[in-house]
Amino acid sequence: MTDDGTNTIRIDEQEIPFTAGQTIMDAALAAGIYIPHLCHYPGLSPSGNCRLCVVETGNRSVAACTTPAAAGQQIRSDTPEMNAARKAITQMLFVEGNHICPSCEKTGNCKLQAMAYHLGMLDDHFPQFYQRREIDASHPEILLDRCRCILCDLCVRASRDIDKKNVFAIAGRGTNAQLIVNTPSGKLADASIAVTDLAANICPVGAILIKEQGYQVPIGKRIFDQSTIKEIALQEHSAQQETDRDS
Amino acid sequence: MTRTNICHSSNSEHLLHRLHAIQQQYRHIPSQAMQQVAAEYRLPVSQIKSVVAFYAFFSTQPCGRYHILFSNCTSCGYWSNGHNLLQSLCQLLQVTPGQPRADGLVSIDETSCIGMCDHGASMLVNGIPIIGLNPEKIAHIAQQINSEVPIQHWSATWLEVPDRVRRRDLLLSEAWIPGSALQQALKQGADDTLANIQRSGLRGRGGAGFDTGQKWRLCREASADTRYVICNADEGEPGTFKDRYLLLEYADAMLEGMTVCAFVIGASQGFVYLRGEYRYLLPSLQAALDRRRTQGLLGSCILDREGFDFDISIVIGAGAYICGEESALIESLEGKPGIPRIRPPFPVTHGYLGQPTVVNNVETFIAAAQITVHGADWFKAVGTSTSAGSKVFSISGDCEKPGIYEYPFGITIRQVLDDCDAVDVQAVQIGGPAGVLLSARDFNRTIAFEDVSTGGSFLVFGKQRDLLAIHRNFAQFFAHESCGFCAPCRVGTQLLKITLDNIAAGRGSTGDLEELQQLSQIVQHQSHCGLGHSAANHVLNGLRQFPHTFTQALKPHFTARFDLDRSLASARQITQRDDAAAHLDNR
Ligand SMILES: Cc1cc2nc3c(=O)[nH]c(=O)nc-3n(C[C@H](O)[C@H](O)[C@H](O)COP(=O)(O)O)c2cc1C
Ligand code: SF4
Ligand code: SF4
Repeated sequence: MTDDGTNTIRIDEQEIPFTAGQTIMDAALAAGIYIPHLCHYPGLSPSGNCRLCVVETGNRSVAACTTPAAAGQQIRSDTPEMNAARKAITQMLFVEGNHICPSCEKTGNCKLQAMAYHLGMLDDHFPQFYQRREIDASHPEILLDRCRCILCDLCVRASRDIDKKNVFAIAGRGTNAQLIVNTPSGKLADASIAVTDLAANICPVGAILIKEQGYQVPIGKRIFDQSTIKEIALQEHSAQQETDRDS
Repeated sequence: MTRTNICHSSNSEHLLHRLHAIQQQYRHIPSQAMQQVAAEYRLPVSQIKSVVAFYAFFSTQPCGRYHILFSNCTSCGYWSNGHNLLQSLCQLLQVTPGQPRADGLVSIDETSCIGMCDHGASMLVNGIPIIGLNPEKIAHIAQQINSEVPIQHWSATWLEVPDRVRRRDLLLSEAWIPGSALQQALKQGADDTLANIQRSGLRGRGGAGFDTGQKWRLCREASADTRYVICNADEGEPGTFKDRYLLLEYADAMLEGMTVCAFVIGASQGFVYLRGEYRYLLPSLQAALDRRRTQGLLGSCILDREGFDFDISIVIGAGAYICGEESALIESLEGKPGIPRIRPPFPVTHGYLGQPTVVNNVETFIAAAQITVHGADWFKAVGTSTSAGSKVFSISGDCEKPGIYEYPFGITIRQVLDDCDAVDVQAVQIGGPAGVLLSARDFNRTIAFEDVSTGGSFLVFGKQRDLLAIHRNFAQFFAHESCGFCAPCRVGTQLLKITLDNIAAGRGSTGDLEELQQLSQIVQHQSHCGLGHSAANHVLNGLRQFPHTFTQALKPHFTARFDLDRSLASARQITQRDDAAAHLDNR
């Protein structure tokens, strides 16, 4: 440890500082290093379920978003092998759900899609699961299509910890796991969720969509038509840093 | 259903027990009951729903009044000498697996290993184990069910689960006197009791082999208001049944080991987390607890020591292998789905209700109790330098003498195979599906933490066994038991199963072997917990040790993975047709 209280870790070829309590992910993003992720969002407690951010330190594979940075860590992240594993996990997420990219309102704004571009994914590779999953269109303003859900848990955490409404949960084991709504009927219409809630807007894919505002931004001018997922992730991180500083 | 008949009990009842009672009463957990339980326990209804959805023994659709679950383990599963007993019973009772019969009398399904592996094909009927199944017994059972004979009135010999202890060593041959370890612990004090455990070299018997004394010390040194002791009696690894026996015959020593631990770390509450499949052991465990309370070995002022208060509750799981993983177990104890926590922090500092917690296996606590009585040297005299003491094995599969065997660490696999009269052995799977698959080349290796480590499962596969079927069975097990939290395990275990099934169906090509290899590595390296880390071991071992298993099933010419006939299954289902014309014969 250096005298000013900062330690350093090494990610691939770069030596970066970290402060006590930071995870590897926090430290990396703060230093402008992108570690691919879908279930991490700055300002929310980490979950570690998508496993895209798994990095190697010593002979262990750990999730960068849940592992505390520790002085002297030597981390491998941006290697062909690790990115191949990330691509395979992204393909797994695609085949597990029913992703209808060409007709999905989220197309171009979807992080799963953007991750596929980032990792150079050209096909699904694995056989499709074609699971039957329920659509909940009961809410006047918000649509929930479980077919496109990647079980990242972001809406669950956003609703519970930020919106303080606890609208969502994940229930069921293995590939039966699915997003449920915390109402006796299980329907979104009976939940207190509002279109302005973080939970209604945080979904990385097209599973939670705000109704009646389809295609306001034309395809070609959407988020990931303009920027890479890496740029967006770094922006999300600095935006959160500014919020933290202001408060 | 009226409100009153569900709300009869107080909140002190564990959520899992409450839900079990409802499941028993209504043969499922109705939506209204979930809402009432949520209100009673002041929990979000989503938590109740997610708990119900997580555990295999809860259902939201009614089961039959006789609810039958056949084990699908390679040792106590429903294949008996080439007969598919599950199918036979379904035919006899005219039941479709997974669906209750129209009159609601009976439902038949399968479940993961129920720990009856030394007794051959076995099942649970309304939670009660019936072992040693064969076609004749199945026919009798069908009759009993059709004439609606209550299970309690079924042949008494059917309801017995005899134990076969074939070899005793250090632990199982030592006499046990209730209170002896506690007396010694109180006499020498907590520091010396802990030092003795540390000096003994005792390592966890549940599989991971963590130093037990070290675990207790870390827990003791963690600052906290209170601490907990948990006995892991979830024994879900297929082929493991030694805890079933220990819980019956050595419960008192186990409870005393927990109490010694409580004395060392300063805990006042302990739990035994018992797998739902072993619910039938509850009366004898409760009796053991009561006996110890009357003997002053549990409760307040244990052995008249002022301030030494400790009691133990039993919490029964509801069908989830993952709840054997210690942090998932703790989540389950807290009334949640058994999803493994992020570690670190480990349970020794942040365990049950966030407090420092020791989780140890049944056998570990028994060993700790005996070490406290007889001293570290007594223990260290047996075993190897890094694996002190003895290990209790559960041996089953293709051998003449399946059962419980206790050996000193350092025993060779060959010796074990000789003792259980296993001839013409093709392979052994040590440590269950999560462990290692070994061929005859490795039979001179030893069972020890430094060589082949095991929580106790020892499965023998004879020459006639189809190893591909074994791999498919294991792959099915992990796909079914994956908790679903993380993507590589949730999806990857399914893909492993699909790929192996494809190869077995004659639709595999050489590329599938490379595919299996890569998939296995992803599941192993990228997953969140020990289940995922070990779920592909058997595939990787198989590819290396027995490549023939896979290559002989591959087709010399290319066969499309896509199976048109199989893809038409849903069309057949919708049109309710299954005649020849509804199938494509394109093979
Ligand atoms: C998927 C999984 C299942 C497990 N099942 C069991 C089990 O049934 N019994 C057990 O004692 N330990 C089991 N363990 C190991 C526990 O997490 C833990 O290490 C053990 O209970 C600690 O006790 P010990 O040190 O006395 O072995 C399991 C681990 C994993 C990853
Ligand atoms: S609905 Fe969206 S945010 Fe919620 S778990 Fe599914 S993918 Fe994640
Ligand atoms: S590895 Fe499997 S069992 Fe473990 S957390 Fe991930 S999905 Fe659940």
